[in-house]
Amino acid sequence: MNNFIRVNCTKKNLKPIRDFVSGYLHNLSLSDILMNQIVLAVDEICANLIIHANHEDPSKFISLSIDLPKDMIRFEISDNGLAFKRSEYKEPNIGEHVKVGKKGGVGIALVNRIMDKVEFRSSDGKNTCLLYKKIN
Amino acid sequence: MPMKITNEVKDTTIIITLDGELDASSSVVLDEELANPEIMKYSKILVNCKNLHYISSAGLGVFISHLQRLEDAQIKLVFFNMQDKVRNVFEILGLDLLMTIVSNYEEAITVSNE
Repeated sequence: MNNFIRVNCTKKNLKPIRDFVSGYLHNLSLSDILMNQIVLAVDEICANLIIHANHEDPSKFISLSIDLPKDMIRFEISDNGLAFKRSEYKEPNIGEHVKVGKKGGVGIALVNRIMDKVEFRSSDGKNTCLLYKKIN
Repeated sequence: MPMKITNEVKDTTIIITLDGELDASSSVVLDEELANPEIMKYSKILVNCKNLHYISSAGLGVFISHLQRLEDAQIKLVFFNMQDKVRNVFEILGLDLLMTIVSNYEEAITVSNE
């Protein structure tokens, strides 16, 4: 089965990305909750890339590949948009978000809590996000 | 599958039934629903999540962003029939402690009367 998908930057493509991830991981027989968490983490990164890094520009693309090294799922998500600046990232205070009625800013927190390792790399205008999840 | 939202009104209670997946693309519709000034005339908003198969941060963000305004207006927001995998996403962020999530419709009625 193909482990690679490339889509242009519209939010409508988040559903095909999720279907691709759950389809590829289907044979691992993960629990419903774990499968959903993993699909969610990938969706969050892709949504950020489509919306924030590439401003939903349909002429731009993101690509995702999945590998299964031993006892591990590894996702590589890349684009050519604005790089995510991890140094500027702050963990959200959800209570504060509720108080001020803030709509966004909790996606990366979900990714950090779900995945075992999250890396962001940038070079020559290409950004790559690597997500690792241990299984078994 | 786009998000399908159906409303049922019983006196001062509105039951909002969510059918589909709430992601960055589809959550806009729900946001418009909750931002509608009409919603403020109800005393209880009960959200039936039985057919809510997925929620991402964008969907959570809709509820996070309206919660305080509803609380200030003393409007009860209660989620019921939520699938375990969806509830788990609320729990990862501790939202289950800030929002009222119960098992079924009967419980939703009970807690919203408290």
